[in-house]
Amino acid sequence: MNPTVATVYRWELFKLRYQKRTYLGLGAAALVPIIFAAAVHFRHDRHGGDFAFSSYLTRSGLAMPLVILLFGAIWLFPLITALVAGDIFASEDHNGTLKTIFTRSLERWQIFGGKALAATTYAIAAILLNGTVAVIAGSIESGFNSLQSLSGTIVSAPKALELVYVSLLVYLIPIATVVAIGLLLSTITRNSAAAVVGTLMISLLFQLIGVLPGLGGLQPYLLSTQFNAWQGLLRTPIDWAPIVRAAWVCAMYGVPALAAAFLVFLRRDVAGG
Amino acid sequence: MTVEPGSGSGHSAPPVEVRGLVKRYGQLTAVAGVDLTVNPGDVYGYLGPNGAGKTTSLRMMLGLIRPTAGSVRLFGRDPMESVHALDGVAGFVEAPTFYPYLSGRRNLELLAAFDGHEAATRIDHALETVELSDRAGDRVGGYSHGMRQRLGIAGALLRDPKLMLLDEPATGLDPAGMRDMRLLVRQLADRGITVVLSSHQLAEVEELCNRVAIVQTGKLVYEGEIAALKRSAGATYRLSTTDDARALEVCRAQPGITDARVERPDDPGEAHAGEALRARRGPARICFAADEAAVGELSQALVEAGALIRVLAPQTATLEDLFFSLTEGSDGADGRLPRVAPEAAAPLESAR
Repeated sequence: MNPTVATVYRWELFKLRYQKRTYLGLGAAALVPIIFAAAVHFRHDRHGGDFAFSSYLTRSGLAMPLVILLFGAIWLFPLITALVAGDIFASEDHNGTLKTIFTRSLERWQIFGGKALAATTYAIAAILLNGTVAVIAGSIESGFNSLQSLSGTIVSAPKALELVYVSLLVYLIPIATVVAIGLLLSTITRNSAAAVVGTLMISLLFQLIGVLPGLGGLQPYLLSTQFNAWQGLLRTPIDWAPIVRAAWVCAMYGVPALAAAFLVFLRRDVAGG
Repeated sequence: MTVEPGSGSGHSAPPVEVRGLVKRYGQLTAVAGVDLTVNPGDVYGYLGPNGAGKTTSLRMMLGLIRPTAGSVRLFGRDPMESVHALDGVAGFVEAPTFYPYLSGRRNLELLAAFDGHEAATRIDHALETVELSDRAGDRVGGYSHGMRQRLGIAGALLRDPKLMLLDEPATGLDPAGMRDMRLLVRQLADRGITVVLSSHQLAEVEELCNRVAIVQTGKLVYEGEIAALKRSAGATYRLSTTDDARALEVCRAQPGITDARVERPDDPGEAHAGEALRARRGPARICFAADEAAVGELSQALVEAGALIRVLAPQTATLEDLFFSLTEGSDGADGRLPRVAPEAAAPLESAR
């Protein structure tokens, strides 16, 4: 990595430590599985019987991160991602600090690279934190047991743990696109709130398009569909098709978004601040 | 604040060369063709009314804004082409800004990390220079305006600059802060650092600067030495006698005496002067332009006419007087304050 990009990256991560939104997102990532595990515990304890995904969740704690990923894929994790990706450039406009850093001895592309890496790192950290807390909370609640795949086969606990983390990594493919969209809106709008909300709205918009009548043919190519590509890992044998499609479809959205964000940042005039 | 001597400019190209600089925002022209040159060691004042284009010009000099037309060179390099054009250059436009949730020291550490080289080794000295060492650990969000201005100077000093571009550095400071800022600028200049200073404090500019550029509505109306600007205003005198009406007649009839008139403190020509200034200038008096020989003959003529002289004194035009004359009133038709702009120079070639 370019040393100056690495310097910017380190300082962006340092600055994140001092910002409330950092802990808001990571806090939500950590709390959701705890609340989920508590809800499973009380629901099963009091009512017994079935609830959504009850057979999976009560049989193995390793199901919990996957169920949370299923429910949180479209809005929770994109929102957590957007909290930083949508703010990381816009906050410089808010603080008026863009003119300060642009007059130091570093190129704009180095600043852009460091910030993009920091936003991506945050998204990865939030998702892995969520997954890890879910594994721990779920194992405490239901035990570190083997898991039933979507094909009905039984997967050993160690193998299931491996599948959980690989699923999280595959989920990071569309999340990387969300990061790119957040960075684009952050550079264009120069307003954190607009960028964060806008990123989430785009994610939900794709989902809405997917349910409109007559547009079913578009569904494999919508960003929202790629949020569930990880489920291919839970089939026996592994279904790589959705994962491969997720990679190029997400690149189709993410690469232009990132390139546009870069060009906007590279050429913008700093007339305020 | 104290600044220790250091290396002066080692660059051969002028610190700042601007040619045909233009900036338009749609229909609005913020800068309408500015040509100026800042020489090594200058303390260069950049003056103009609000909205004249000063800050926009400085932003283009620092590479923050892309010019619509024309060119900027800092030590021969274009700041829009390469960030290395800002090597040895430091400064800020409008108020210096920092991350409010970080301490002053942390902000400087961040800037030093971005600058690389030995910038980090200069943090303690920079904080001592601006007298912020005891508050360096506090968050910038709790700093006063004056402290942020000083931190901005500290941030600039980290770069060991040969050229400083300061946009109204004394704005918002209390009198002690203004005094300290003037002292700092003088020390920077004594150290051999070239300073470009945009300011509304005309007395301060007159005290600190050797050369000025005056802009109005985006156009340059004067560029050159302050002393030359004052000389171009010509020698003027004020006169008070025992019979001013008779004296005025004598002045107007005397060869070598021009533009004889009565100026009163509430004269529309003095409208820009405040109450205190008009009070200091006292009652109405006669003003005229002349050379020394004509003044001598006038004295004799006044005595012969029975208008005995109470006061006959040369008037030195202040920079403030000349500034208002250039930007608000005279178009130079009377020849006393010609609008002097440098001739168009050849376009700059890119530094290699």
